[in-house]
Amino acid sequence: MSHARRNLSGGMVLGIPLLWIALFMLLPYGIIVTFSFWVKKYPTFVPAFQFGNYVTLFTDPQYVLVLLRTLKISVLVSVASLLLAYPFAYWLVFRCRSAKLRTWLYMAVIAPLWVSYLLRAYVWKTILGTEGVLNSFLKSIGLIDEPSSIFLYNQFAMVVTLTYIFIPFMVMPIYTALEKIPANLTEAAADLGMGPWRSFWTVTLPLSAPGIAAGATLTFCLSFGDFIAPFLVGGPDGNLIANVIATQFGAALNWPLGSALAIVMLVVVLTIVSLSDRMERKGATGGI
Amino acid sequence: MAAIIELENISKHYSPTIIGVDNVSLTVEDGEFVTLLGPSGCGKSTLLRMIGGFETPTAGSIRLADKDVTWDPPYKREVNMVFQDYALFPHMTVGENVGYGLKVKGLGRLEIETKVHDALKLVGLFDKVKLRPQQLSGGQRQRIALARAIVREPKVLLLDEPLSALDAKLREQMQIEMKHLHEKVGITFVMVTHDQTEALVMSDRVVVMEKGRIAQQGRPQELYDHPASPYVANFIGTTNFLPGRVIRCAGERAEIEIGGGRLSAIVDAPLVAGSTVTAGCRPEKVRLLAEGETAENVLEGRVAEVIYYGLGLRLAVELADGSRVYTDSLLPDRLALSAVPPLGQSLRLAVEPHNVFVFEGEVTP
Repeated sequence: MSHARRNLSGGMVLGIPLLWIALFMLLPYGIIVTFSFWVKKYPTFVPAFQFGNYVTLFTDPQYVLVLLRTLKISVLVSVASLLLAYPFAYWLVFRCRSAKLRTWLYMAVIAPLWVSYLLRAYVWKTILGTEGVLNSFLKSIGLIDEPSSIFLYNQFAMVVTLTYIFIPFMVMPIYTALEKIPANLTEAAADLGMGPWRSFWTVTLPLSAPGIAAGATLTFCLSFGDFIAPFLVGGPDGNLIANVIATQFGAALNWPLGSALAIVMLVVVLTIVSLSDRMERKGATGGI
Repeated sequence: MAAIIELENISKHYSPTIIGVDNVSLTVEDGEFVTLLGPSGCGKSTLLRMIGGFETPTAGSIRLADKDVTWDPPYKREVNMVFQDYALFPHMTVGENVGYGLKVKGLGRLEIETKVHDALKLVGLFDKVKLRPQQLSGGQRQRIALARAIVREPKVLLLDEPLSALDAKLREQMQIEMKHLHEKVGITFVMVTHDQTEALVMSDRVVVMEKGRIAQQGRPQELYDHPASPYVANFIGTTNFLPGRVIRCAGERAEIEIGGGRLSAIVDAPLVAGSTVTAGCRPEKVRLLAEGETAENVLEGRVAEVIYYGLGLRLAVELADGSRVYTDSLLPDRLALSAVPPLGQSLRLAVEPHNVFVFEGEVTP
């Protein structure tokens, strides 16, 4: 093969993916950033360079409220996932005696990821609804007489659904982090006089912090951009940023404001990702 | 001297067929340096881990300084362990690692700092107090692990193959250093190793283990010069084994007929004439006879192999019946190449009767 041909094929191997990324990722970002400076003018919008859309976002209570609500839901989902996933992963790694059982349970956590996201969100509609599993159960044990509608179409339902959907992303990194801790470190802690509880706080927890950071980042960012759960189980006061963005690009026909919202969302997510990345790197090298 | 550790009929049976430790009783004196020696799977590490509290025996009891600790968890025992790969905490500095075990003792910050300082000085690494374990070399980590354990002033320091991760040169140096450390701090050391040199160099007493039991224990020289069994003779040092038969035994003197000739031996217990035995001797106790020289136990053979290892020369000499005897000679002078005997050359070997061990029965090493 001649040099020219080798260069050509090498160029294609790198060039096509780069072109793809430029065309379908960088260019759209550019377009959205541009739109965010435009201005709405009935019936559509016109090019401009002004920060009015951003000002609106941070002054108009309805947008501030949605932003805060999205932050709250995402934080609650992350915390709920952490509180459920950490003890489970801990038990799997340190307490589960049977390697087979451990593999099966781990797979059981991962398996739902292979099922359609929409379906998994929809499941909670059937569980929490007035005709749902939860109501039938409560009725059958005589705790309630009439089916209750308090379970579905509110923020609680949203947190439950999103936690269920995203918890594998919390279990996986924590499991990996815990698995990497050498057994002799906890033995050394016990040897040096620390009881199980103090040994956990001073050795196991700090060493699994990178896993917690990774899991929290994933569940937070995924919840932060979620669009389906509010739609299916969220109810009237359950709109999150993604829903508002969709409205701005659809019915409201206010692309500039929608773009500004998208950019704000991007900045929040990128900030979280880079913070967590820094923390993970610190953990991996033991702080060097 | 008072006993600091008393192991009474300790067993660890993982299942009826898998036996880790089998009915071991052992007493360690205060201030002693005891080594548990044996190949992997002989139960030495399990025994050490039971003293440390990381495993519980299935039978027997462990007493530490006159207190039964058989069921106490590690954090309630006044012993500390130096782990095989050191188990230093990667998320703490050297100083924090060493000070870690002092936090539960209810000491003030200043007191902890002083003790950490002293412990690091003891191992000569005070300048590394602010570094992370990952930034240290293997030998330095080893010393930090030692400092972390010693700073708690345990009654007993347990060492699990402490030098196995170091290279040969450093290992030799650390052997001496740890021996000195033991003398300096006066704490009882119990070490586990599979390295016989390490055991001989460092310990006051060596306990050789075989299949979960104690095969023999004693001072290093006792074990080397008076092995109680072929297993011990084979594990500590190298031994030539020669199958034979007792011709006669009078008092402590026995005549053994072996394939390639006859041997007189000084024995500890009388032997029955006609019984099958195995004679053994160390290669360095077998010497080459010069032309015309006579000796008590003479064996004749031919050079089958020559192994040169710098410090000396090892010859494998094949006797008339085909069995091989190794003989070592140190080379105090630089050797002329012509002085190495060529393969096939006839030689005469001699070994003094008091250098011959006799074990009853046949040995298949």
